Amino acid sequence: MTATAERVRQPGETVVRIGPVSGRVRWRQVAVPLGAAVAVVLLSAVSLGRGDYPIGLADVLRSLVGLGEETQEFIVLGLRAPRIAVGALVGVALGVAGALFQTFARNPLASPDVLGITQGASAGAVAAIVLGGTASGLGVPLAALLGALVTGLLLLLLAWRAGIDGYRLVLVGIALWAVAAALVDWLLTRAEIHDAASAYVWITGSLNARSWREAVPLLVALAVLLPVALACSRVLGVVQFGDDTARGLGVRLVSTQALVVLVAVGLTAAAVAAAGPIAYVALVVPQVAVRLTGGPRPPLLASGLLGAVLVVGADLLTRTVLPQALPVGVLTAAVGAPYLLWLLVRGRRRSTL
Amino acid sequence: MSSSTDAALRRQGPGGLGVPDRLSPQRGGLLQRRRSRLLGLLLLLVLVVGAATLSIAVGSRSIGLGAVWQALTAPGVPTEETVIIRELRVPRTALGLMVGLSLGIAGALAQGHTRNPLGDPGLLGVTAGASLGVVLAIHLLGVGTPGGYVWFAFAGALLGTVLVFSLGSAGRGGATPVTLALAGAALSALFYALVRAVLVSDTDSLDAFRFWVVGALAGRGADVAWQVVPFIAAGLVLALVNAPALDLLGLGEDVARGLGQRVWLARLVGLAAVTLLCGAATAACGPIAFVGLVVPHVVRAFTGPAHRWLIPCSGLLGAALLLVADVIGRVVVRPGELQVGIVLALIGAPFFIALIRRRRLATT
Repeated sequence: MTATAERVRQPGETVVRIGPVSGRVRWRQVAVPLGAAVAVVLLSAVSLGRGDYPIGLADVLRSLVGLGEETQEFIVLGLRAPRIAVGALVGVALGVAGALFQTFARNPLASPDVLGITQGASAGAVAAIVLGGTASGLGVPLAALLGALVTGLLLLLLAWRAGIDGYRLVLVGIALWAVAAALVDWLLTRAEIHDAASAYVWITGSLNARSWREAVPLLVALAVLLPVALACSRVLGVVQFGDDTARGLGVRLVSTQALVVLVAVGLTAAAVAAAGPIAYVALVVPQVAVRLTGGPRPPLLASGLLGAVLVVGADLLTRTVLPQALPVGVLTAAVGAPYLLWLLVRGRRRSTL
Repeated sequence: MSSSTDAALRRQGPGGLGVPDRLSPQRGGLLQRRRSRLLGLLLLLVLVVGAATLSIAVGSRSIGLGAVWQALTAPGVPTEETVIIRELRVPRTALGLMVGLSLGIAGALAQGHTRNPLGDPGLLGVTAGASLGVVLAIHLLGVGTPGGYVWFAFAGALLGTVLVFSLGSAGRGGATPVTLALAGAALSALFYALVRAVLVSDTDSLDAFRFWVVGALAGRGADVAWQVVPFIAAGLVLALVNAPALDLLGLGEDVARGLGQRVWLARLVGLAAVTLLCGAATAACGPIAFVGLVVPHVVRAFTGPAHRWLIPCSGLLGAALLLVADVIGRVVVRPGELQVGIVLALIGAPFFIALIRRRRLATT
């Protein structure tokens, strides 16, 4: 018995037995999320103190427990903390949504960016900015949320034909993307240049002036959707083997498919409403995660945590290193894309999800 | 395991047991495919001619068919109408034909090489590279006309695909479909990040760029068309040369190699063709996303996956589609115009979705 276990065992994994229960633990799949979680905490801690008005570590800690100076407390708790919280939560939501879509469609390019959901949100937001005057107040996030949800539901309905085929989902998604992108481009040409400029900042994805008002709804959405997504993880692994095999293994295919797509759409919509469509997090992060963990498909938890690392880190860079404050969406792509390229060039896996 | 054996059995059928009758339906199917291809090709030719005629005859200013014919055949004294026909509509139609042809063919090639239904030329870094070129030209050099953008867009497109191809083939497995697609997506992300970094901070550049990025045939004169002709011609030749190799690659790289195909050469030729065709089209008109993506899927429905049919038919359908969309854009919001890129997305997408839902599209 032990001999068989030895033979099956791959390098880098350990078989754990506790009484009658046994399982394989792949250490990279544990180490990567742990490392990412530690990195998020560290980056957030550094981020609290850095910016146009640097605050020392001791003062940051004092402000956090409510003993600090009034200005410092306002900067740390009122400005920076919500901004960092929104960034981390958006990163988690987009990373998980991207991993869900890529696994479900068995296509490394299937992310909310490519399937039109974030473009739908952009269309909603740009319409609100261009047709409704200046970009302020609750109107724009709400319009973005509506745009994302409408596009997501359209995606689900139009791709639905006695279940969802991953291939059909991707093709319908790209058609919806094209419509939404055309609407955004058209609205931008119709707008006053002032409105067009502020709309352009929004569709790049920015964390500027985000407060607890954005963070709290996002946290609620994640608290509801993330457990559902993680619960789907095991079933998704089975669905990988093809629809017939999954059915044969006892998966309720139709309801699982609808659930996965709805959860991914919900996560994307919540993230986009809070911070705009922060570019390429959902596309790049799951691919980085799958290459780091070495598993068969993008891992959900690691994707989410790495997404948070990317967004919080990019935000820290925009506020400290760059001479001019750029929207965080510029930096996520500029940091995430070269890293994926490096992994591709160095990588030894010939093909994967 | 068992399902693949089943499929193999089903393919073989009872005919595998030596029943001669069973062979004839298959041969009938082949003949039918051949007939449907020829019929489709003929239909596409008619469509292109019809679309070109419409594009010359219809515009924001209504000119009678007789006057149009006269302007084309016997110009005589240049009146306002003959000038509109000969110097605005004919070059515009010619440009539309070339751009549509290029985009359709580039789409078929890109989908063949990435073996991904999402493979459109934009995926391989062409559009992102061209956008970066144009933005830098506007921002740094103050270029401001469609004719002035051409060379910068083309240089950007070239840079984009060369980088995508070299990075996508640098890994240990060489240029596989997955690495090419991912390298394209990642590099596009990087280029768009640079574009956005410029546009977010420079409102004047945004003002010029937003009119380029919608994709339009309007305002491009004969000079723009002549500038891109040589590149499109070279791209067409390379594309046709690449077709048989692409069919072999479709069998899998190992099989293709075993049959004597030099895989990297085939990929290089294909990518060069995509760059030339899509780069020239984007340089002339701005990014027009939908043609290269949709057209091959539609065409595959009647040609099947063989690239020597798929490539020319995609080109023809692309040309017809672009011209019709341009005509519609001229008519719907008279006296203004709706840019062809927007018309294509708004009309093409619902049609495409209907097509996806109606039948199971053949996978690439």
